[in-house]
Amino acid sequence: MTCDRRSFGVMQADRLSQFPLRCGRVHEVYGPASVAFAAIAGAKGAVLWIGQAWQGAQLNPIGFETFLDPAQLLLARTQNQTDSLAIAEEALKDGALPFVVIETTRTLDLREGRRLQLAAKAGGTTGLCLIPEGMGSNAAETRWHAAPVFDPARDDSTLMRWEIIKNKAGTIGAWNVRWERETRRVHVVSPAGERPGFTRTPD
Amino acid sequence: MWFPRLASDRVLRARPIEGPFALTLKQQNTDRIYCLNMAAERLGLHRAMSCADARAFCPDLISQPARPDLDQRFLGALRRWATRYCPWVGYEGADGLVLDVTGAAHLFGGAGTMLRDMRARMARAGLTLRLGMGATRGAAWAFAHFDEHGTDLNALPVAALRLDAGTVTALQRLGLRSIGDLSAAARAPLARRFGPELLLRLDQALGQVGEAISPEVEPPHYGIALSFPDPIGLFEDVMAATARLLDPLCDKLKAYETGARELTLTLRRVDQGSQQVTLRLAAAMRDPARILPLFARGLGEVDAGFGIDRMRLEATVVERLPVQQTGAMATPASPDRLNDLITRIGTRIGLENIQRFLPADSHIPERSFLIAPAAYSTPESGWSSPRPRPLRLFAPEPITGTGPQPPKQFRWRRMAFTLARATGPERITPEWWLEDDAWRSGLRDYWKVDTREGRRLWLFYTPQNPGWFVQGAFA
Repeated sequence: MTCDRRSFGVMQADRLSQFPLRCGRVHEVYGPASVAFAAIAGAKGAVLWIGQAWQGAQLNPIGFETFLDPAQLLLARTQNQTDSLAIAEEALKDGALPFVVIETTRTLDLREGRRLQLAAKAGGTTGLCLIPEGMGSNAAETRWHAAPVFDPARDDSTLMRWEIIKNKAGTIGAWNVRWERETRRVHVVSPAGERPGFTRTPD
Repeated sequence: MWFPRLASDRVLRARPIEGPFALTLKQQNTDRIYCLNMAAERLGLHRAMSCADARAFCPDLISQPARPDLDQRFLGALRRWATRYCPWVGYEGADGLVLDVTGAAHLFGGAGTMLRDMRARMARAGLTLRLGMGATRGAAWAFAHFDEHGTDLNALPVAALRLDAGTVTALQRLGLRSIGDLSAAARAPLARRFGPELLLRLDQALGQVGEAISPEVEPPHYGIALSFPDPIGLFEDVMAATARLLDPLCDKLKAYETGARELTLTLRRVDQGSQQVTLRLAAAMRDPARILPLFARGLGEVDAGFGIDRMRLEATVVERLPVQQTGAMATPASPDRLNDLITRIGTRIGLENIQRFLPADSHIPERSFLIAPAAYSTPESGWSSPRPRPLRLFAPEPITGTGPQPPKQFRWRRMAFTLARATGPERITPEWWLEDDAWRSGLRDYWKVDTREGRRLWLFYTPQNPGWFVQGAFA
């Protein structure tokens, strides 16, 4: 938790400088709030969401409405991860859609990760892999952990803790953020009284 | 050309049956005979007879339900075939064709030879045919229906004038039995009694009033083939040949203001084997420069064997695509690029696996949106949620809990949670007009539950069938 406090200082200084995600790169996120992280990261424009058909959980467009217009969301249902990666590469390279979300089920090897990076660079698009915990790829530009945090102040809160645990081009850090629905932007919550260590302590 | 047994002949051509045969059609809640063959007619059956009566008369009658739509298509095929005699061919009712052979008969060695040729060909095809030839369309109809080999129109009964049954009966009561009688009668009283229809039909048959034949417009055929003197096998060569096929095809699509939605490229190899590459496009298009790269993936998988010596490109599904005005002002990101991307992805995972959400009018969480293939739908707005809804929905997962208030502590997916705040309940009742097994348990009281651990979950309680379930996770 000492690490957390120090990074809060960083957060104060640069106000979530790692976000929005760097364009032309592929990033990774895991954790219980990874879907919300992806929705916020893609809130600026059209999104292609690549998932595998057998996965049970269904995205709920009405829930997404808080973050982005569900009409901007395209889904691709694939049979396996190979197909997912192939069409992700195609979509990243094409650049018709600025943001591509890929739900992966196993670790990308270096070759796969690198190909996605090159495709994103060629198309000037941003990719985001929703990975299972502990299955990050070495080729990822950044890796984030996103988890919801209990907010005693508001009952419609989207308070989350975003922690950047890998960053190829910058420092790591952690932020408590909230999505402002009206202004459609991420709001970094001041740490006073809402320090993650504070709220996370089970009582 | 009149095909008195078009429907039954069509079925019998495909499956010959000896003995009486009839097609039945349900009319006014009764199965009635729609069309029947000669053997059945000889046994005293007739059209519009009820099927039960027919079976009583003739126990070994074989019957089958009629398909008027297929009959109509069959007649269309016959119409196309009939253009071998003359270019001017139109439909005459539901079971006839009318040909304007003026200036075409001599090509077949005179009218008589031509009619014999038609009879011979149709007999070989197994169709009953009645031909009538006359100076006017009305006369030809009369001869075909009443006296195939006749020459004197005046001798035919008045029914040959294409009149309704009531008028025919009334005329017969007046003693006007033949067309000759009718044309000799004074016109004014006839017009007063029967209206203009009778005299119009009479004049049309006698040629005093013209009657046009409207030939069907031949639907454009979007197919084009290319043969090579020497077989080709290199990928670049095949792509170049495809480009050469695409250009004229797209010109044709442009001329008819249509766009291809599905293209099939058939490659025939020297060993007579053929392979097909089907390209399904996300939007109708007719720009060869855009279509060609989309073929690359499909053509890459083709096995050329000893070489390909014939290629055929056909637009199998075609949609209207009107020419659009393009402004000088820059349009915001054209959808073309996105459609091309959808097509390219679709060749790999199937076009219907690229989907988008459409709003639906329902309070049931699972049914408050639709998922439609992106290529066959347009984005719709109108998303609204009066209450917060979770980002992810899953099949309800039971948790332990009793009573209508959310449990203070619960375990879900092997994780322990402590309740920090619960918002609710929001009661949703099942849609009784739809059968849904998931909603058998009755009413649901939904609660948004914030846990101390951070997770915000969507729980529901079923008061009619007590139990607690988790159905979704919020941001």
